[in-house]
Amino acid sequence: MEMFIMSLSIFVLAVFVGVEIINKVPPTLHTPLMSGTNAISGIVVVGAIISSGGSDHTTVLSTILGVIAVSLATINIVAGFMVTDRMLSMFKKK
Amino acid sequence: MIHLVNLGYLAAAVLFILGIKGLTTPKTAVRGNKMSAAGMLLAVVIALLDKNVVTYEYIILGLAIGAIIGAIVAKKIAMTDMPELVATLNGIGGGASLAVAAANYLEMQVSPGFTVTYDWSVALILSILIGAVTLTGSLIAVGKLKGKIGDAAQVGLYKAIVKLCFLVLIAGAIYFVTSDTPLDSNALILGLIVVCLILGVSLVMPIGGADMPVVVALLNSYSGLAGAATGFVLGNNGLIITGSLVGASGIILTSIMCKAMNRSLTNVLFGGSMAAQAGISRDENDAFYEGKVKFSSADELAMLLDGAQKVVFVPGYGLAVAQAQHATRELANMLEEKGAEVKYAIHPVAGRMPGHMNVLLAEAEVPYDQLVEMDTINPEFSQTDVAIVLGANDVVNPSAAEDPNSPIFGMPILEVHNARTVVVVKRGLSPGFAGIPNELFIRDNSLMVAGDAKKVLQETIAALKDL
Repeated sequence: MEMFIMSLSIFVLAVFVGVEIINKVPPTLHTPLMSGTNAISGIVVVGAIISSGGSDHTTVLSTILGVIAVSLATINIVAGFMVTDRMLSMFKKK
Repeated sequence: MIHLVNLGYLAAAVLFILGIKGLTTPKTAVRGNKMSAAGMLLAVVIALLDKNVVTYEYIILGLAIGAIIGAIVAKKIAMTDMPELVATLNGIGGGASLAVAAANYLEMQVSPGFTVTYDWSVALILSILIGAVTLTGSLIAVGKLKGKIGDAAQVGLYKAIVKLCFLVLIAGAIYFVTSDTPLDSNALILGLIVVCLILGVSLVMPIGGADMPVVVALLNSYSGLAGAATGFVLGNNGLIITGSLVGASGIILTSIMCKAMNRSLTNVLFGGSMAAQAGISRDENDAFYEGKVKFSSADELAMLLDGAQKVVFVPGYGLAVAQAQHATRELANMLEEKGAEVKYAIHPVAGRMPGHMNVLLAEAEVPYDQLVEMDTINPEFSQTDVAIVLGANDVVNPSAAEDPNSPIFGMPILEVHNARTVVVVKRGLSPGFAGIPNELFIRDNSLMVAGDAKKVLQETIAALKDL
């Protein structure tokens, strides 16, 4: 339970940090913000890698699910960052 | 070693925060995005070094599949299709969280030293719930954005299914709390996944296609929260911090879109489609405009623009549909060469998702310092010689500000009616999403040029050259 409270504290504080910085993002960049956060939410790849990495306590099904999860999260990461970069490099000042 | 791993995840999370901070100005945004990417690379490397990872072939397989698909999609996607892409990526993120949670649950069963605790179980259930709802909800949203899934006729049916799903979930929760063993039944987990997948479909189905920008922003938030829940399952703070950042971002964008549409989130989610509530018949619409609209031509528009000191373009999604961004930019260039000041007024719901119109104009090489948001440009309309409305309708309807009986009263609008002359370029007099006629079109200072935006602009450019 102590661990849970610890994690919950981090979660709540991070939400506040998120609200603070994201409120400063101008509307001009809201679409890149969304695709960029898509990429960042690919962080679940960390859990996916550990699940598909094998060791004595994985099963066939959990490995398959792990590989699916790695693929999906990687699509998010690669497509998210690349398309965000593509959009942002179009924004030019006069 | 475990401390080093956690410090690594913390560093990755800090890089994500700095990356988003970079997005606060267009100048630093490209670098910010690269910082986030560096954070992700760091997180992946740390995960690969995890002591639980003993075989690499499956991981490499997954990474390769994902990287190839992701790269192709990112290169090929048209900027007009960004809402579909973001909605798809939301769904994929939800699906990934769901798969990680399910895999983790299966591993737990064969780990001898693992004791199932209630907080772990709650985190797992939340991770499955949010992940599954995000997955199917996003797929429906993509279908609606593409126009492949129309506005559902049986709104009541889907609402009933939603209620039924919640009842089942509540019953399951009571069973879970009262039973002795905290979550070890495969059937219970499988049932939970199925119910949540159905819930995702039924929640999005009754929402109108015009409200999809709000739904996409909300699902963006869910995909982050799903990641945070996965962080709770795995006890990984890096995931929790990152997931909550994304969650906060989606919620903020959702509330901005709701405000711009003058609707509450509950109204969007449970109120049915907007056009079904208001809406007038064709005859009423024709009667409203009958003989009151002053039609003009591209030649007249060119003459008007020739003497203008300050011109504001007001693009709506109709502009992107007509692929007229480049023609707009060309005309703007000509006017600037003649010494006029040119700006673009961007309403928050001008595109099909938050900030979409800005990206479409940036793609057409419009400098971002000319893209002005609603609150900044509104006071400037009274000093504007010509405001050109291109494919926008409801967002320039003065009734929203002046007529308390209007169904859109209170919706923030671009006050183009304060400009000296308003030129509306539009294919016809059909109503916009709100289904109501636009008083702007019959005002004394309004002119209408009927036709396709791209064609009208090209004719104007040609006429301006001849002057």
